[in-house]
Amino acid sequence: MIYNKRLILAHFWLAFALFGVAILLGEWQMFIRSPLHGWLRNADLYYRSVTAHGTVMGYVFPTLVAMGFGYFISEAALGQPLVGRRWAWAGYYMIIIGSVAAVVPVAMGLDSVLYTFYPPMIGNAFYYIGVVLVVVGSWVWVALMGINLYVWKRAHPGAPVPLAMFANVAGAYLWGWTAVGAALELLFQILPVALGFATTINAGLSRVLFSWTLHAIVYFWLMPAYIAFYTIVPRAIGGRLYSDSMARISFALFLVFAMPIGIHHLFADPEVGAGFKVVHSIFTAMVAVPTLLTVFTICASVEIAARLRGGKGLFGWVKALPWANPQMLALALSFVMLGFGGAGGLINMSYQLDSTIHNTQWVTGHFHLIFGGAIVIMYFALAYDLWPHLTGRALLNLRLVHWQLWLWFIGMIVLTFPWHYAGLLGMPRRMAFYDYTAPGMFAEGVSVVMSTIGGAILVVSAALFLTVLIRNHSAARVDPEPFTFSRAVHEPVSLPWALNGLGLWLGLMIALTITNYGYPIVQLMMTPEGRVPPVFVGGKP
Amino acid sequence: MSGPLLRNRWFVGSVGGTFLLLVFSVFVGFVWLPSAQDDSLFKGLLNSICSAAGVPRSWLGEASAPVTSPVKVSEVVMTPTTLDEPSSGGGVGRGATLALRCTMCHGLRGVSTSQTPTLAGQYASSLYKELRDFQSGARASAVMAPLVAELHDQDLRDLSAYYASLPRQQSPATQDLQSAPDIVATGAPMRNIPPCGSCHGRLTAKLGVPWLDPQPRDYLKTQLEAFAHGTRRNDTSAQMRNIARNMTTEEIDASVDYYSGTR
Repeated sequence: MIYNKRLILAHFWLAFALFGVAILLGEWQMFIRSPLHGWLRNADLYYRSVTAHGTVMGYVFPTLVAMGFGYFISEAALGQPLVGRRWAWAGYYMIIIGSVAAVVPVAMGLDSVLYTFYPPMIGNAFYYIGVVLVVVGSWVWVALMGINLYVWKRAHPGAPVPLAMFANVAGAYLWGWTAVGAALELLFQILPVALGFATTINAGLSRVLFSWTLHAIVYFWLMPAYIAFYTIVPRAIGGRLYSDSMARISFALFLVFAMPIGIHHLFADPEVGAGFKVVHSIFTAMVAVPTLLTVFTICASVEIAARLRGGKGLFGWVKALPWANPQMLALALSFVMLGFGGAGGLINMSYQLDSTIHNTQWVTGHFHLIFGGAIVIMYFALAYDLWPHLTGRALLNLRLVHWQLWLWFIGMIVLTFPWHYAGLLGMPRRMAFYDYTAPGMFAEGVSVVMSTIGGAILVVSAALFLTVLIRNHSAARVDPEPFTFSRAVHEPVSLPWALNGLGLWLGLMIALTITNYGYPIVQLMMTPEGRVPPVFVGGKP
Repeated sequence: MSGPLLRNRWFVGSVGGTFLLLVFSVFVGFVWLPSAQDDSLFKGLLNSICSAAGVPRSWLGEASAPVTSPVKVSEVVMTPTTLDEPSSGGGVGRGATLALRCTMCHGLRGVSTSQTPTLAGQYASSLYKELRDFQSGARASAVMAPLVAELHDQDLRDLSAYYASLPRQQSPATQDLQSAPDIVATGAPMRNIPPCGSCHGRLTAKLGVPWLDPQPRDYLKTQLEAFAHGTRRNDTSAQMRNIARNMTTEEIDASVDYYSGTR
């Protein structure tokens, strides 16, 4: 039973409304830098847009989805009203205030620093303070998830923690710990300069601290999608989860291996020793383990559903799957995008291969395919699954839902495949305009035009998504059956302590953070000559 | 959990496995790959570990000394705190007195009516850097060199502070990037020419870089051509020389017209 529907809906709606605005900025950016539009006279407009698009899509949107979904899971899986409801609302309002404080100076052109901050560039302090508020607001959620699980465990000693809550709290703790890197960067490096207390900034240290956040944040974005894979899709398609333990091990491994790998974003940075880059590269490869475990477990779960529906043969069962079911469709499309995105990711994470695509459009193409594609399509799917339970109204228009999911998939492929290709041709990222008249750049121009078309398809799909959700609020009232999560083939009766709590995995996460980040951070802290003058954006000399 | 941790298979398996992976990756990153470098300075366990960790070792000491330039180069290092030192009884007022020697060319209150640059409201960091360069000879000028030769560092700081404190007169035309010529608004990316405004204001401003609007047309053009020919070389990293060298005559004229306005 869901007790705090308003709280959950408020999170989801704010997330999706901001997403609807930010996707327009994204498409505008693609159009502006394509050959379809002349060069921007004021390139700063482009960087403002990129900063706002990234801030919303990277920080605000996925955080709100994870929070709303987390509150939902806490009530639905634990069967108890959310403990700390007022705190949850306080966190929500903190995120609203933070978002406004961040986006207003960006729109005014005072903070065109992009959402990854890029010190020594420094903008108006309100932007950074806004981002800090968003993070602090989300930390309220992290704490509440831990507290709710603790309260439930005390009331149910020895009982197996529901898988959805286990994974949800793993995601919350991952975010709590990984956000510390960016928080340290903002509080001790960037804000002192932005507020005028310091006149130099250790750019190398700032970048290393940000990399602490930069990769694990991706796994935080991914958690709601993976929770939907394991705990919603098998139930929705009439199957069973193949293995509850495998699911728990996957989430535990994400917790351990998402953190100590961020320096693979700094392969081209001179301030980190090559040895640490190799270590981070090897640990990044380990993320393939929980990813492949998930692909195997979910495919096996889907096969169970197909065979229950009479599917036969080595591959013939695929035809028996309920393809008309939006959850099935979203899962399949998500896996295809995850496959392509993951394959591209192997290049990014290899210390040697990375040099061929570092700082090119390949990288932006990659993270749009993985996050915007594989993950966000599951955000849509979980919204479709949750909405009738939140509004008490029927979600009837499945045709529109199908169109929406397919258009998102097609749009994302048309957007990101040429985007990767442009990167292979050497097209750099983070530029407002390109000279397509130059010899050899024609092919890049063609691929950017294709991406612009893909982006337009995505805008249509996003509009359909919002339409489906909005129309649901005025649809016929229904009394949906109580919400349930997927049941495993072998439901856990008693679990080993390591799979019924996160202590062991949190310990490993923190230990690996220290081994893999400790020395580079201390070394840079003790390098005062690494401090450089800031470059103020917005015209301040 | 039951029993001591070290007997628990989950604990031993996960911690042990992670530890082995860490040892393996540290061996690959800090011992194996660095030793595979074909460079005698990286041979030996300690050298390979230190090089992989980014710890400077004695091999840095064997590097040859920096080459000294045959021509005078700028020695000014601008940081945000360069001009912060408390002036010993100087400042704007003292700068105003010293500035009497400048008025004949640069105008009574720093607004030039001839082909010399306007100084009123110019960034102090830029004024200070140019004065130091005139003094050291990094920027050659038969007129400026004798005028600054005997000035102390404090004099230069005070002069900079004084001129920076005067009101700047901007022309309205340069407020609008829409009307700016391409070379100013967008630069030429394929020739490595960034937009002027990315250093000289409007987009971003960099320390030690002057604003340009409005300066006399002849002055701007002479300076751009001097950069292009390499006769002016006090841009520390040769950024202006590289830009000016790649500009066409038409682009130089267009940018100069834009920044000089009606002057």
